[in-house]
Amino acid sequence: MGEAIAFYTIAAFVLGFAVLVVSTKDTVHSVLFLVLDFLFVAALYVLLGAQFLAAIQVLVYAGGIVVLYLFVVMLVNLKRPPEAHQDPNRRGKLGFALSAAVLAELGAIAAFGYVRPAPALAQATQVLPVSGNTEEVGWLLYTSYLIPFEIASMLLLVAMIGAIILAKREL
Amino acid sequence: MLLSAALFMIGVIGVMVRRNIIIIFMSIELILNAVNINLVAFSKELQNAVGQVFVVFVIAVAAAEAAVGLGIILAFYRNKETVNIDEMNLMRW
Repeated sequence: MGEAIAFYTIAAFVLGFAVLVVSTKDTVHSVLFLVLDFLFVAALYVLLGAQFLAAIQVLVYAGGIVVLYLFVVMLVNLKRPPEAHQDPNRRGKLGFALSAAVLAELGAIAAFGYVRPAPALAQATQVLPVSGNTEEVGWLLYTSYLIPFEIASMLLLVAMIGAIILAKREL
Repeated sequence: MLLSAALFMIGVIGVMVRRNIIIIFMSIELILNAVNINLVAFSKELQNAVGQVFVVFVIAVAAAEAAVGLGIILAFYRNKETVNIDEMNLMRW
């Protein structure tokens, strides 16, 4: 039951952010919504029992590809209309509220952590090595799928060289 | 499955509707993510890790595609000063 609720919540977030990615006018905002979308997809992977893929998703997509997109968006300096800052204090207030919320959260974590620190932590370290998801995927990747794996690495190398040559101003 | 299909459709609509090529590329990423979700869902359904191996490959190919595509965008923008696909008619005969 709880799993179903979590799934539908994450699914709603994923779809909502996907719609925002496609429909936002500002390209930078679109990229940032894309980050959130990828993070929720990673949460979905965890829910589906693919922890290794969730980590890869966060590292490669949310960490690498999106930074690449942001760089290109910044380099391709679109002529945006000057932003309408009708209320310059609005963002300051929002940032203050958010940082206050984070501070309260950290305080709560610290407080409750001091109350009962040991058992939860020990439990977590015990649970962690049992899930052999990464081991399973890695085993398959390096035995049955060794040749596709090498081809994929070759493709990445070729793509890297190609991207460098394309983006260079002159050879 | 339904989520995957819906995400896929949003990506396709994004490719169709928007005229900014960067947003089109992001829509393609959304489509690839939809495929990945589908693969992981089937991998869980059938208790078979091969689907996750394929997701690793899809992610690698998506990274390569993003790098090359963004390189092309940069090269194109340097020549034409635009990212609007309606003006990308260089190879029209």
